[in-house]
Amino acid sequence: MKWFDYAAPASLSEAVGLLTAHPGARLLAGGTDLLVQLRAGRKETDLVVDAKHIPELNAISYDAARGLTLGASVPCYRIYKDKNVTGAYPALAEVASLIGGTQIQGRASIGGNLCNAAPSADSVPLLIALHGTCRIAGPRGSREIAVEDFCTAPGRTVLQPGELLVSLHLPPPAPHSGARYLRFIPRNEMDIAVAGAGVEVVLENGRFRSARVALSSVAPTPLYVREAGEALAGSPVDEASIAAAAEIARKSAKPITDMRGTADYRSHLCAVLTRRALEAAVLRARGKN
Amino acid sequence: MHTKVRVQTTINGEPQEFLCEPRQSLLECLRDLLGLTGTKEGCNDGNCGACTVLMDDRVVTSCLVLGVEAQGCQITTIEGIARGSELHPLQRSFLENAALQCGICTPGFIVAAKALLDQQPNPSEDEIRLWLANNLCRCTGYDKIIRAVKQAAEQMQEVNA
Amino acid sequence: MKTQEYTVVGTRPIRHDGVDKVTGRALYGADFQMAGLLYGHILRSPHAHARIRRIDTSKAEQLPGVKAVVTAGDFPEVPERMVDLGEGDTPLSYARGNVLAKGKVLYKGHAIAAVAATSVHVAEEAAGLIEVDYEVLPCVLTAPEAMQDGAAILHDDLKTKEFGEQTGRVSNVAEHFRYAMGDIEAGFAQAEVMVEREFNTATVHQGYIEPHNATALWNNDGRILVWCSTQGSFSVRDVTACLLDVPVSRVRVTPMEIGGGFGGKIPVYLEPVAALLSKKTGKPVKIVMSRKDVFEGSGPTPGSHMKVKIGARKDGRITAAQAYLAYEAGAYPGAMVAPGAMCVFAAYDIANVVIDGFDVVVNKPSTAAYRAPGATNAAFAAESVVDEIAEKLGIDPLDFRLKNAAKEGTRRADGPKYRRIGCVEVIEAMKNHPHYTAPLGGPHRGRGVAIGFWFNVGLPSSCTISVSADGTVNLVEGSTDIGGTRTSIAMQAAEVLGIPAEDVHPTVVDTDSVGFTAVTGGSRTTFATGWAAYEAAQDVVRQMKERAAKIWETEAASVALDRGVFQSGDKRMTFQELAAKLDQTGGPVVGRGAVNPRGVGGSFSGCIADVEVDPETGKVTILRFTSVQDAGKAIHPSYVEGQMQGGSVQGIGWALNEEYFMNDAGSMTNSSLLDYRMPTALDLPMIDTVIVEVPNPGHPFGARGVGEANIVPPPGAIANAIYRAAGVRMNRLPMNPPAIMQAIWSQRD
Repeated sequence: MKWFDYAAPASLSEAVGLLTAHPGARLLAGGTDLLVQLRAGRKETDLVVDAKHIPELNAISYDAARGLTLGASVPCYRIYKDKNVTGAYPALAEVASLIGGTQIQGRASIGGNLCNAAPSADSVPLLIALHGTCRIAGPRGSREIAVEDFCTAPGRTVLQPGELLVSLHLPPPAPHSGARYLRFIPRNEMDIAVAGAGVEVVLENGRFRSARVALSSVAPTPLYVREAGEALAGSPVDEASIAAAAEIARKSAKPITDMRGTADYRSHLCAVLTRRALEAAVLRARGKN
Repeated sequence: MHTKVRVQTTINGEPQEFLCEPRQSLLECLRDLLGLTGTKEGCNDGNCGACTVLMDDRVVTSCLVLGVEAQGCQITTIEGIARGSELHPLQRSFLENAALQCGICTPGFIVAAKALLDQQPNPSEDEIRLWLANNLCRCTGYDKIIRAVKQAAEQMQEVNA
Repeated sequence: MKTQEYTVVGTRPIRHDGVDKVTGRALYGADFQMAGLLYGHILRSPHAHARIRRIDTSKAEQLPGVKAVVTAGDFPEVPERMVDLGEGDTPLSYARGNVLAKGKVLYKGHAIAAVAATSVHVAEEAAGLIEVDYEVLPCVLTAPEAMQDGAAILHDDLKTKEFGEQTGRVSNVAEHFRYAMGDIEAGFAQAEVMVEREFNTATVHQGYIEPHNATALWNNDGRILVWCSTQGSFSVRDVTACLLDVPVSRVRVTPMEIGGGFGGKIPVYLEPVAALLSKKTGKPVKIVMSRKDVFEGSGPTPGSHMKVKIGARKDGRITAAQAYLAYEAGAYPGAMVAPGAMCVFAAYDIANVVIDGFDVVVNKPSTAAYRAPGATNAAFAAESVVDEIAEKLGIDPLDFRLKNAAKEGTRRADGPKYRRIGCVEVIEAMKNHPHYTAPLGGPHRGRGVAIGFWFNVGLPSSCTISVSADGTVNLVEGSTDIGGTRTSIAMQAAEVLGIPAEDVHPTVVDTDSVGFTAVTGGSRTTFATGWAAYEAAQDVVRQMKERAAKIWETEAASVALDRGVFQSGDKRMTFQELAAKLDQTGGPVVGRGAVNPRGVGGSFSGCIADVEVDPETGKVTILRFTSVQDAGKAIHPSYVEGQMQGGSVQGIGWALNEEYFMNDAGSMTNSSLLDYRMPTALDLPMIDTVIVEVPNPGHPFGARGVGEANIVPPPGAIANAIYRAAGVRMNRLPMNPPAIMQAIWSQRD
């Protein structure tokens, strides 16, 4: 690993200033992706900017009317221990406990998972399903963007030079809603998703009022499958509707064959996982689990 | 000119100051600068858990922490687990249960297990297995490690009862 | 001695090195520090097969902090000859070529050059500045591919040996050998049911958690001092001396604690390179592999392509068996195919057998031993076919195995006849275990069984024991302790001396300080070094009896030792009392033991595995697992169980998910502990163990080496369980979710 300098700015403006002045700088949150990539030579930098001393990036705040604001560098273990998160967004708490193992969760953040922009990022399909938005700060002020628009290619995001992800925002959960992310991995922990499905459903009188489905590991970026949710909206909550949405998810997937599985296998998993996640989300929306 | 960084921490209860390169991991700082070689390197990318230490209230793999990030933190390593001349109940139960063979993963397992027992004094087998999934052992098949953690938990509860 | 007479053997004392290992004080190879230490880094090939046109190290040498750079050209010039490096004869050029490539690189990760610098980061940066001009060549990655006519050839000078004769034909097949017994055609003609299947297994790694490491100091007196984590300090000494062309007496190897080996820490990779760097710099040099280096640059165990055919009569008796085993040696000859061939039908008494073995070089890392090397691949194939035959005959799979089990007097196809063995007893213990008849308790579940065999290799071991005035003894031995062998060796001395295990202080010492001791491997350490300790303790007893006789003014022959008390007539003195009187009776007592056991037998193992297969994803969950093994006599039962559990879980990992995933260019794409999926604690149930004790007639306490046989049956047992759970017979390892799903789909079509 080549030499780099280290800075730990205490404010957002200071951080933006550093990132603007050093185009090669890298933001460090948990470091569980960045340090591995620097060590393997997949990334290089001359300055590492530690995000963990910037107040906005390290806060979790929840308000029943406005929803959840999650600082980009809040580590997973704080997320799944947070009573507001486990109460209002149980699926988010689950996803925070899926990323890596205990030690990784002591460092890794959901914001970092998103900024790393891996197609396999476990938290991103769920953030998409939950209508997540990103707050970005930069030299020209701040802007908001939907999570599904954040990643542009493997390892690439919409962040411009000098910009950083400040926080993620989730609206308050709708009544009779439920969400779930399920992934498939060969081991039971410490593994990269072969495929994953994050869903949210809102139920009304035995029908889906609305639904959102997103997939991991089956496209160059986490994939929002708008059509699957649209097909569910207004449909009865039954096996046939769920199977139809799962089939849309399968067809939308554009996986590659690699060490984690063949393209066919991954497409197949998209249907299985979407169905299972929708079934679990329906149970949750009905107050069972 | 490259400048090293001065870091002030508390390690195993004692104030410690060291000078490191920003690119040096906490693991390197502990082992190469401070001589605390009980913390082991198995993979250097966070996947084996051999370098597990406690950093304030959380359990981390020290290979994925920069030494400079330890500024102001409380670090506990395997060298700080025994209570003076008395072994920690986990250390005793690892010995009594033959929960180590080669022993290279043992420091990481003991540190991680201590963090578990500090927050969950009576974990189930499943909870122990989940918590320790970030620690690889290639010798034991985990059976005796899980038993050792359970036994230590029981003994610690008896003492506290 | 009868079992019930033992007071120490068979008990469970705390291991002598335990406290140091739970407090972080034990020093492993990478923990070694020394004033003036430099750090080494190895440059490795990015190509699987290429000619090296030119290496330019000048930019690297100019980087501040860099002290030396070495390449293969820095080895002394020596004429080609055959050398024994602890694992059989090999040409010197191959041994050196794997340590630093000369002329050609033969796999991605092949070491090319090394840098010594003031820090690991500088050394790594400098290695990146070395310029190598490659002519990239086509690569071959599997045995069938490498055996084809027209395949890219790895070694222009490698000529195929066939049935012991040199053919003169240049190919990637280093050797084709055959073990045959009886009349194979007549045997198959008698068969009423026959099954023939083809199998493929992927390259897998031993997966020890501690990366390879070595520190070397080429001292100013010309001696080369080495500190490293190795399974065999004497083989490191011999190989280092050989490659550097110095007498073995010039090299001293100090074995540090070792973080796992499983066969993979027998070969030498770093020590001669560190020594060359030290020679150039005059400073000690430490090199530690990264995890990626371990995967790409150390020795995994062979992938294989196999065919097994077995015929049986309706009464369940096997009439003939045939195997074709082609193993991938990696870059240099020496796939562990011969032991695989010896073990493939070793658990069975079969009259008519033919086994063909092929040692095939491919553009992958040069393979090394991995726990019962060669046997696990072969047993996966054989045990799958045995299971299918039993099913066709409608016979319970354990009854079928019992009917054909090897016993005392059974001859193996490679020649030897068994002495007393415990194959039948192992199968009976499996049958009698409640696990075998317990309900499975749900759909998509299945139970499978398999058995397997592995040798105890014997080989030389040395030990000395000196008596201290307080009645304790110091035991000095040369076997690196990977899993509690200090204690299992000390216990055998304690048993002879009649003192507690805690009163024996075992130390593993450097190669200057103890007689030659072969590697910790081949299930030999407790067996053979334990035997040396037994002999040394007997020597102590002889001398102590003389001292007692001197004090009592009687004949030494009249003095007896019973449970730590010397007696003659009505005179009695404890070991401790006598130890306090050594100064007055002639001075110190030092016992010595040196052994080289031959014809030492082996150990049988079996397992029962319950699995659940998710029919929608192909994922296998291990629900319950029982391992049974003949330990002869379990010296320290806790560590015998530990070996059985560890071997079982390595077998489970091999069965389900572990593999070198190679891309077409010959690059391993999963060279991390994230993507090379070894089992975590969360992937497993408790591993039940049953220790069977059929005493080994070739050991003073009846002990059998237990380190390896336990890895042999799990893949076969799991394959058989998957068949019962999901209806598909898997013919490849790993049996990972996509492969199982593919098999389920193929069956539906």
